[in-house]
Amino acid sequence: MFEDIYWEEILNITLLSLRVSGTAVLVGALIGIPIGAVLGFRQFKGKRTLMRFVDITLKSLINTFMGLPPVVVGLVVYLLLTAAGPFGWLGLLYTPTAMIITQLIMVVPIIIGVTMSAVGSVEKSIRERALSLGATETQAAWLVLREARMGVLTSIIVAFGAAISEVGGIMITGGNIRWWTRTLTTAVVVETELGNFTMALTLGTVLLSMAFAINLVLTIVQVKGARR
Amino acid sequence: MPTVEVQNLYKEYSGRQVLRDVNFGVKNGELFVFVGPNGAGKTTLLRIIDLLEEPTSGRVLFDGQIVDYSSKKDMVALRRKIGMVFQQAILFNMSVFDNVAYPLKVRGESERNIKQKVKEALGLVQLNGFECKNALALSGGEVQRVAIAQALVTEPDLLLLDEPTANLDPKNVSIVEEVISNINRERQTTIIMTTHNMFQAENLAHRLAFLNDGKIESIGTFQDVFGKPSKPVKSFARLENVFYGISKITTEGTSIVDIGNGLQIEAAFRKTGNVRLHVPPEDIILSTQPLISSARNTFEGRITQISDMGHVVKLKVKIAGNKSFMAQITKRSFNEMQLNIGSKVYMAFKASSVQTN
Repeated sequence: MFEDIYWEEILNITLLSLRVSGTAVLVGALIGIPIGAVLGFRQFKGKRTLMRFVDITLKSLINTFMGLPPVVVGLVVYLLLTAAGPFGWLGLLYTPTAMIITQLIMVVPIIIGVTMSAVGSVEKSIRERALSLGATETQAAWLVLREARMGVLTSIIVAFGAAISEVGGIMITGGNIRWWTRTLTTAVVVETELGNFTMALTLGTVLLSMAFAINLVLTIVQVKGARR
Repeated sequence: MPTVEVQNLYKEYSGRQVLRDVNFGVKNGELFVFVGPNGAGKTTLLRIIDLLEEPTSGRVLFDGQIVDYSSKKDMVALRRKIGMVFQQAILFNMSVFDNVAYPLKVRGESERNIKQKVKEALGLVQLNGFECKNALALSGGEVQRVAIAQALVTEPDLLLLDEPTANLDPKNVSIVEEVISNINRERQTTIIMTTHNMFQAENLAHRLAFLNDGKIESIGTFQDVFGKPSKPVKSFARLENVFYGISKITTEGTSIVDIGNGLQIEAAFRKTGNVRLHVPPEDIILSTQPLISSARNTFEGRITQISDMGHVVKLKVKIAGNKSFMAQITKRSFNEMQLNIGSKVYMAFKASSVQTN
């Protein structure tokens, strides 16, 4: 029954999926968390109408970008990296790096958005309590970040979930090249098209189990963190 | 020289006046209480004294020094002499120990001092052994006590308490009240607290002020404020057990007042027409058994609220017709009768206990 399954290839595909999505989320966190925190801290309480307008527009934009269609991101990245494009000279098209860039563009708004609301929801009460207990503004800001940590972790879980299950974007920019840029999701597409349903199902199962395992670990951290 | 002085203070929120021309001074070591109904501006006033908000106009002085809101450094230094407990206590998502240690950590105290002081502060609020628990896993009363320990751990010169016992059960109320009076007596800490509970004010305050609709209506000892009450003070003090109804004189020379929903109260006065009634909570007798007594008014009901006032307990009793009475009994009777929320009780009061305007 398993004669159509190439375990070595599956391992290669799985590791590449992890590498691409993991790197995208890691770099995305480094970029998105500070921006999200800063935006969460900015509380415009109706004092200056213009600043409030800018703030609301910015936040709506981020919310829109949180739902970017991956194929659109893939298309834009393709056009930028293609030989005739502005970054064609880098020779990145159809490489894992191109796939990382594609997913990075997708996950950054997610991480910013979720971090922003996590920080924003505790900002007022925690900052005030810290100040009242004698903290300086800087000390109070650190405490706000610390109290928002579970929300920040949530942003990473959501971002990783979106990245690992994404197909359209990396299909365009990675090219789905066997042993090179083929990931779990793009492989499922190919195997299904070829009628290799056993292989496709196995890949799908690996994808699901992996997503479950990683979320399990993150959720355990989250549950523990909520209590401690 | 008063340690805290507030002069001509006004506070507005988008055009709405929350505090109007507030003036008062609190002396070193004094326990000063603001009494008043909800929405009177008590919380805002405490937040201004805690330097969390700036007044719209007027000024606040500590030890004769006017607060300079433009200097962040001064503000931090001043806040470090003040401890405040919010009505809705906010604890951080960390252990009880770390919560109480936080104000010491931001002041840069040594690990050894922190350990010692946290232990003492938790002892004051009777929470020894809670160090390692997560603060978010505590009950409401414990949360409030940890918040008090947080405020006390730095041994502040001034302690601000905003309705510290609101929403607490009787056991926690007595612990908190005990801490408040002990701190004031033993450490000579100046305390400004707010409450809407007159009995608590009477028990704890050296002096008090009645705050109503953003203005101080009267200020002085409990006797000064509630002895010869002004109209707003009176209406606040008599919020409990006030009923409106239509009175008819009976053949026996008393009056029967119909207070609606099929309920009638017999009163010793002779009046007809619209009347306002007041039944002092301390005149109401409670029993767990049906009462056979000379009291003209008897009702059956259930306890819906219990407030511990120290030596007495106030109980809210809901009777038929959706009306509630406040009854006040001694702590000892309360314990002997083993009353609880939902307990069925019989309530009686004399016709002569019913007062009218």
